[in-house]
Amino acid sequence: MAHFDENAKPFSAKWLEERLAVSEVMRVLALEYWIPKNINFLWAMGMILAATFGILVVSGIFLLMYYQPDVKTAFDSVNYIIMTEVGYGWLWRHIHGVAASVVFLIIYIHMFTGIYYSSYKRGREMIWLSGMLLFVLFSAEAFSGYMLPWGQMSYWAGMVITNLFGGFTQDFAGGIANFPGFVEWLRGDYVPAQAFLTRFFMLHVFLMPLVIIGAIVFHFASLRIPHVNNQDGDNVDFEESAMLYKNGMKKESQVIPFQPVFLSKDVFVMGVYFILFFYLVFFHFEFAMDPVNFDPADGLKTPAHIYPEWYFLWSYEILRPFPFNFGLVAFGFAQVAFFLLPFLDKSPVVAPASRRGLFNIWFWVMVADMIALTVLGKLPPNDTFTPMGKVAASIFILLFIALPFITKNEKKA
Amino acid sequence: MSNRRDFMGMALGGFAALGGLGALYAAKRSWDPLPSVKSAGFTTIDLASAKENELVVEKWRGKPIFILKQPASTPKSDREIVINGARYLVQIALCTHLGCIPAFDGKNPEKQRFKCACHGGEYDSAGRQTFGPPPRPMDIPPFKIKGTSLVLGEEGPEYKKMLADGLTTKV
Repeated sequence: MAHFDENAKPFSAKWLEERLAVSEVMRVLALEYWIPKNINFLWAMGMILAATFGILVVSGIFLLMYYQPDVKTAFDSVNYIIMTEVGYGWLWRHIHGVAASVVFLIIYIHMFTGIYYSSYKRGREMIWLSGMLLFVLFSAEAFSGYMLPWGQMSYWAGMVITNLFGGFTQDFAGGIANFPGFVEWLRGDYVPAQAFLTRFFMLHVFLMPLVIIGAIVFHFASLRIPHVNNQDGDNVDFEESAMLYKNGMKKESQVIPFQPVFLSKDVFVMGVYFILFFYLVFFHFEFAMDPVNFDPADGLKTPAHIYPEWYFLWSYEILRPFPFNFGLVAFGFAQVAFFLLPFLDKSPVVAPASRRGLFNIWFWVMVADMIALTVLGKLPPNDTFTPMGKVAASIFILLFIALPFITKNEKKA
Repeated sequence: MSNRRDFMGMALGGFAALGGLGALYAAKRSWDPLPSVKSAGFTTIDLASAKENELVVEKWRGKPIFILKQPASTPKSDREIVINGARYLVQIALCTHLGCIPAFDGKNPEKQRFKCACHGGEYDSAGRQTFGPPPRPMDIPPFKIKGTSLVLGEEGPEYKKMLADGLTTKV
């Protein structure tokens, strides 16, 4: 039976220790959670993402107190009440908008760091998969949040994206994959209207954040056993290195504890990041505020150009240049392609791309292609840009088809 | 059934699954369009005041409806509604690609067109797709002719014939 010291002062260290095993929890979660020494600032992106998510939650709480999920008042509750009446309401809105955009930049850096250093294989598959799940969840969170100001872009993005769930056209295979009723069910109306706004409000402020928090916990947990990768893909013996470190041989050990050594470096990178972040919030928030969305939603008028936020442009450009059915297949493929990465890469080598021969070319072509898709996604569809989009989208698909062949004969470095 | 504990487990699991299914059905029904939304789906439009080659935009079920009285110089089409000899093109003004509103270009009545700015789709004077990603002509809303008026949401014989001829799809 557990022993409780009757003389321990309530809430003293000893009292808490006996009841909650605080020091043991701290030891397991932080003081003896080992991180390789051989890493660079790119390994700080995870904590930056966690901190940015925290900022989104806090700013979101303040916005939530004045936002009204009603098609008649939503627009004014944001653009009039929050922006002009609520003390510092503009601050919460600009923080929320900028963070929602910047969080995707960091997600992409985090993701491409993982790809570059082969951090998705040799026991790290679940880290990769849960990370990709978080990407999808963040995308859903960003989209549902974009509906809430109920401006022109909210309405028409809602119209276009929910239409994607109607499936293939009616002339495809006798219409077995055509679900117009599903689109109306999703919206709760024939067009985005009150039911649509309220349910996306619920998703944005409650269900999606809840699922995201769960997925973040899972993502962290999936790191415990395979551990964090390092700059050279070295297969570090964590137990031996941890022993060396604990025995005072810090120089010989290949690892450092998460708290306080790794975290101190993380906090420094975070400091640099937040200087940039708040520079954007205070001086360049307009990049995250589409001017078209400052017109109230109007179901009888489509804006001249509809385009998603920058972080969705690449996948949007894989949908847009093709005929409907093929575009939908290509778009669907683009959404799952990155999930498949650990299984398409047939090479056992865990090393930075620069030491992986053909894979290095594959990686940089992919980065260049995604940048090209992003640029093209913002340009209007016409005789010049549509064919270019087709080429860039085809390259993206071909890259994933080619990956198993490229990596199959890779020699060990 | 090897023993009583297995039976208990299966009975518990079975009832829990049943309750889960019921809850899923209730959740599905909660997301359905409300009866008030469904019943507001009828609109009557008077066509008598329409002018030739001038686009009129009405609203039905929240969706924009294009009504275009065709001048004699526009090529005839079986997708038009003819009332007392006057030809009307009536269609849901949402691009069949992903639902943006195409813009009407009637500068030349012989070659009217509808152009969607979102993804570059184009339609001819009868609302048939001629360029870009739209998979089918713009949809014709269910209609019933009453004198010189149209009731949108009700299916009249002329609409049923268009459906049967494959000129439009059910919305």
